[in-house]
Amino acid sequence: MAGIALENYGTYDRANTVRRFGRGDARFRLLTLSAALLVVAIFLGVLISLVLGSWPSIKAFGLPFIWTETWNPVTEKFGALGPIYGTLVTSIIAMVIAVPTGIGIAIFLTEICPSALKRPIGTAIELLAGIPSIVYGIWGMFMLAPLLQTTLQPWLIETFADVPVLSGLFEGPPYGLGLFTAAFILSIMILPFISAVTRDVFETVPPMLKEAAYGLGCTRWEVMWRVVLPYSRTGVVGGCMLALGRALGETMAITFVVGNAHRIASSLLAPGTTISAAIANEFTEAESELYRSSLIELGLILCFITFVVLALAQLMLRRLEASGGKR
Amino acid sequence: MNSVLYARRRLTDRLFLIFSISAALFGLAWLAAILYTLLTQGLSGLSLTVFTESTKSPGSHGGLLNAIAGSLVMSILAVAAGTPIGILAGTYLAEYGRTTRLAGFIRFFNDILLSAPSIIVGLFIYEVVVRNFGFSAIAGAASLMVIVIPVVVRTTENMLLLVPGSLREAGAALGAPISHVIRSVTWRAARAGIVTGVLLAVARISGETAPLIFTAFGNQFWSTDLTAPIASLPQVIFNYANSAYDDWHRLAWAGAFIITFAVLTLSIVARLLESKRN
Amino acid sequence: MKPIFRRLTALSAGVAAGVFAVQAFAADMTGAGATFPYPIYAKWAEAYKAKTGIGLNYQSIGSGGGIAQIKAKTVDFGASDKPLSPADLDTAGLTQFPTVIGGVVPVVNIPGIDAGQLVLDGKTLADICLGKIKYWDDAAVKKLNPSVNLPHLAVVGVHRSDGSGTNFIFTNYLSKKSPQWAANVGAATSVEWPSGIGAKGNEGVAGNVKQTKGALGYVEYAYAKQNKLTYVRMINHDGEAVSPTAEAFQAASARADWVHSKGFYVVLTDQPGKAAWPIAGATFILVYKNPPDAQKTADVLKFFKWAYAEGDKMAADLDYVPLPASTVQAIAKSWHDNIQGVGM
Repeated sequence: MAGIALENYGTYDRANTVRRFGRGDARFRLLTLSAALLVVAIFLGVLISLVLGSWPSIKAFGLPFIWTETWNPVTEKFGALGPIYGTLVTSIIAMVIAVPTGIGIAIFLTEICPSALKRPIGTAIELLAGIPSIVYGIWGMFMLAPLLQTTLQPWLIETFADVPVLSGLFEGPPYGLGLFTAAFILSIMILPFISAVTRDVFETVPPMLKEAAYGLGCTRWEVMWRVVLPYSRTGVVGGCMLALGRALGETMAITFVVGNAHRIASSLLAPGTTISAAIANEFTEAESELYRSSLIELGLILCFITFVVLALAQLMLRRLEASGGKR
Repeated sequence: MNSVLYARRRLTDRLFLIFSISAALFGLAWLAAILYTLLTQGLSGLSLTVFTESTKSPGSHGGLLNAIAGSLVMSILAVAAGTPIGILAGTYLAEYGRTTRLAGFIRFFNDILLSAPSIIVGLFIYEVVVRNFGFSAIAGAASLMVIVIPVVVRTTENMLLLVPGSLREAGAALGAPISHVIRSVTWRAARAGIVTGVLLAVARISGETAPLIFTAFGNQFWSTDLTAPIASLPQVIFNYANSAYDDWHRLAWAGAFIITFAVLTLSIVARLLESKRN
Repeated sequence: MKPIFRRLTALSAGVAAGVFAVQAFAADMTGAGATFPYPIYAKWAEAYKAKTGIGLNYQSIGSGGGIAQIKAKTVDFGASDKPLSPADLDTAGLTQFPTVIGGVVPVVNIPGIDAGQLVLDGKTLADICLGKIKYWDDAAVKKLNPSVNLPHLAVVGVHRSDGSGTNFIFTNYLSKKSPQWAANVGAATSVEWPSGIGAKGNEGVAGNVKQTKGALGYVEYAYAKQNKLTYVRMINHDGEAVSPTAEAFQAASARADWVHSKGFYVVLTDQPGKAAWPIAGATFILVYKNPPDAQKTADVLKFFKWAYAEGDKMAADLDYVPLPASTVQAIAKSWHDNIQGVGM
């Protein structure tokens, strides 16, 4: 068989050619490995510069930095609790809004949409990913925040005013800016990641599986919920992880609308801050070394949060694969 | 047939249908809202001067030429340097590394790098490049490259894993060495997805401001020197949007319009080229 | 790739490489720092380049950034809205001098109240920002505004979410007028605000105040003027209620003792003078006393010398207030006395 492929070689030396192939293979493998190791080198470089930069702050505050709420640049007492809380809350709310919506859009595009409209609508949703985050920030500050301030927020405050537990979540004057607005914009930004990846994954589901379910008399919902989603679980979770990564690290869009208060309030409508927003807002004006170092330590903490989230996601994926059987 | 059960199933199905359509409308509505704002605000700020004049002080009829040129140069450099590295690394993870411990670590670190706030990347490049060589377009391009690489690695690996093993086996059966199979069969099969990855990376870096503040620095004048500070469109937009002057505001919206529609056009063109090839 | 595409790509790459390359001509002067004077430095730089061909590239990365970059010697000069104390200057080997003056204006959004109608004094302003005064018809506000119809509307304080020199000037004034503010909050480019919401940049504050009924914020003069915001008249050191105007800012600087303040360390808040606006401040330039690149620093000083001489009208056009002549003379003297090797 190899003889046919090598027909065009005049004086054919098999051993030499195989050796040449082997060397070429080894070289290519080395090339790809070096590229992969370069990625690791960059990561380690970033990590080291983070640790070096946060060292003064780590020395000054130690571990309590993580659960201290104070953030006072004048007395130089800093604590990360406000930004950590804001990062987690905005990301969770953004995911809560974006995941069902993204999957809903993917389902719409694969099952319900007439095929002529599939391409344009699919591209249109993906365009949301192409809009630069600074545009989201400016649009959020000038268009969305006033809109929410006059419509959704007063409605939320009124509706939940008498509900015992939830009223605490939705109280306070409608500022327009705040954690909720930031989470809302974030959800719009990460929507396309979830819908694009989920749609790609849905399209790899073998039609036979779906048709078998339809043949049994399942409704579209049942096919989706009991056949397609379980089949494409890992892919969907992968898309969600990509989206969550974007949500955790998003800076520009959030700085414009989050209100920058290093406080933890019970209300979701209150101003807050996230780690990325705090760094972006305050780094260039931070005059003292300790202030700058505290901001860099926030960055280090974010790396750690991302690490934990990703590790949890991996665990979850492994458990899903084990329980459902590999696809 | 149990008609109560059937009615309930029908209802659930209907609700699900409504939810699905509403989700799509939700996404489309916001897209329309943002694009509408961009169009109305951005178009009014567009004029020939935007493309022929460099940035000037308020009231001096400036444009965005130096910023557009700077962004283009740095983006092209970042993508030109970052894409090969990203594709090669993704290839290692999908074709060679697969399930080894090393590959697992690399994937993990790559994902963390993917979610790192871009300002941290900027600070890293500041320490490594700027402290030693000063602010420059090259430093700016380097920080953008660090943002491009993880995106390309992730999407390349995902796309390569979706290529059916039978294709690879067919190539190998013909006697081709593994590296040749990867290059001419697997890469070609995953090309569309890899292009999507590069487009995503381009979209990501075209709006980045924070890392450029500490690396490219910015420049109010026209500059073609790669070792000197250079302007960038997102940074100019950021400064102008936060200023008090109307003409600067208009330029900021015009700049936002330019970036958005450039990225969108790039995506659409790339998709069209891909589909034509198929 | 088809041959034509390949050739086109190669051609454009060649052209680009020819245009964008590493070039060896003289680089521009670089400066970084405060956002407040960014527009005027840009304008001066353009005019200077048109006249002399020498470029000055200024980027507004924030006062803290400017101080950090000049200390790291990555720029030729730093700019800061907050003056460094003489002790800090000595430690870093820097000297500073002011360039232009600006004012910070409190603005409000109260239905029925027009620009200039509401009068406040420092103590009341501080109490509002501390969160002690919760409604606009509070006794303290009513006392200063006996003839104004104040509604029972909740006060919403809007402050800057990002660090800035504007913050510094505003909190410095509040610290001077309210011991409680000085003790609990202090004066800095970034503080821990006891209440209210943070908006990004002057634009953010201006926008938020416009949208929110009952809001009180503070912005740079240029923003208040350009956006036609409802400004507040303040009672100054001498007890007069003044409006924020260029004349009022200049009056704030007129009696400041620039000449005898080491390092020009003067914060123009609560200055004496009948017509003086109480919340004003100058912005400063930082250079080394023994500059590592004497030629570049000499160029920087020549630029500012030109700006003091020829740049007043340009500054006024953009709503900045030029320094009085006596201050400019004192600055020239300080260059002569403090900066080595530049022939000034």
